[in-house]
Amino acid sequence: MAIEVKDLQYTYSPGLPGETKALDGVSFNIDDGSICGIIGHTGSGKSTLLQALDGLIKPSDGEIIIDGISLTDKETSLVDVRKRVGIVFQYPEYQLFEETVAKDVSFGPSNLGLEGDELEAAVRSSIELVGLDYERIKDKSPFELSGGQKRRVAIAGVIAMNPGILILDEPTAGLDPTAHKEILSMVKRIHETRNIIIVFVSHNMGDVADMCDKVLVMNEGRIILDGTPRYVFGQKDVLDEIGLGVTPAAEIVGRIRERIPEIDSDVLSMEEAAASLAEFIKRKRS
Amino acid sequence: MPFIEIKNLRYEYYQPGCEDESSPAIKDVSLSIEKGSFVAICGINGSGKSTLAKSINGLLVPTSGKVFVDGMDTADDSNIWDIRSRVAMVFQNPDNQIVSSIVEDDVAFGPENLGIDPAEIRRRVDDALTQVGMYKHRNKGAHMLSGGQKQRIAIAGAVAMRPECIVFDEPTAMLDPKGREKIMKIIRQLNSEGITTILITHFMSEACQADRLIVMKEGQVYSDCTPMEFYSDGELVKGAGLELPPVIELRERIRQHGVDIPSTVTDENTLIEFVEKYR
Repeated sequence: MAIEVKDLQYTYSPGLPGETKALDGVSFNIDDGSICGIIGHTGSGKSTLLQALDGLIKPSDGEIIIDGISLTDKETSLVDVRKRVGIVFQYPEYQLFEETVAKDVSFGPSNLGLEGDELEAAVRSSIELVGLDYERIKDKSPFELSGGQKRRVAIAGVIAMNPGILILDEPTAGLDPTAHKEILSMVKRIHETRNIIIVFVSHNMGDVADMCDKVLVMNEGRIILDGTPRYVFGQKDVLDEIGLGVTPAAEIVGRIRERIPEIDSDVLSMEEAAASLAEFIKRKRS
Repeated sequence: MPFIEIKNLRYEYYQPGCEDESSPAIKDVSLSIEKGSFVAICGINGSGKSTLAKSINGLLVPTSGKVFVDGMDTADDSNIWDIRSRVAMVFQNPDNQIVSSIVEDDVAFGPENLGIDPAEIRRRVDDALTQVGMYKHRNKGAHMLSGGQKQRIAIAGAVAMRPECIVFDEPTAMLDPKGREKIMKIIRQLNSEGITTILITHFMSEACQADRLIVMKEGQVYSDCTPMEFYSDGELVKGAGLELPPVIELRERIRQHGVDIPSTVTDENTLIEFVEKYR
């Protein structure tokens, strides 16, 4: 499965005083099996783009092709789109509504026509995939779980529909550092197990660099950078200009390089920064 | 006498149908907070930090132990209005806190409930909205605002009550980096004007702006020192389940590469100084 987006346009309240161009000529591709990060400020057009990818809004112009199906074609049934694309909104735990965890997770797949053993198997495997114990949790009310657990149940409800593309809009927002790490390792596990496309929206540059093989940077409704994390976070000037910044490791190393330019500039993660600095010190010492 | 004094506080949530959930949210906490100080409270979810915050203005009354605000016992019903007019709260999600459809009406809600003269309310609302930089939006519908703007309205609502202390419970958790910075600037400003500030946060960069950092773990005070003292001690931070500051994480990793880097390296400047020695 792959995503192809061509020259997407979207305007809110066209012809009215509040007219706003949210997407202005957005084009990109995401290959099968990729984890693609999207970064950009509030108002940069990220949420509009995500909604367009799931067919929740119809772009004013341009084309979206997912798995060979054109979303923008009037003939396309939205059920076909939503079977392929699962979207997890910010704070998905607010969407929980059922009496038990198992019923809540069943809601999506049963709407796609799954029933009986097949439905139970889908529910069980998704709950296990998000790192929860199916037998212990299935009959509990989702409302008596902790914040991090609720969020995982909500994500299980989306992956139970077995989408080929999973869109996660700031999946770690509002979590403490421990729960934050758990959600990231869960995302990696989902990706490894199902080998699906994951679209990962985040404000945390360190997470994006660590998780993704591709990064899209949005600003004022356009994609201004598109490439590997190493390429994108190498464009410090462009990112600084729109106030986004680089990873914490690159930030520190950048500051050290102002004084000692011979230190390697090509670092993304903390481990690379540590290796580079340790190598420099050892070399100078000998 | 300290402004807030907590003595052997214990708090248990009663959860119907969950006999096994009997462990108290706060086990035994004693601490005091001086007037005008800026205290951050950190800890992972379930460590008791929000329960502690809600105990400070009498939203929760201790299961046992005592909480005194300006010498008044929060367990005494006759004190509750006085306590809440001195200690205001700002929560994580402004949508849970905004009650009126128009911005200035919402900010007036608190002072109206304190029974203040209308002319004085007008003055306070205008002042509070100016302080958070939202005066020009005073006649807008609250639903038209962004998340960060809504949070500024919630803060203005607290400020308009002219409290001596504001407790912020993760006020920036739902905001983007720019929105977070604006809120922190307002919080620092309020503190510099003399408001005792208690900030619960998961963001280390925010906790580091306080004068004092209380870290909670399993319903108890795990550490109580300056943010610098706490975050420069890698083991202490890990023990609380919190994230290491970038420079400290880098320091620990450089050590793992066999370079003997001293513990006096705690921030960017000391790190740069250390590396420069080898230039």
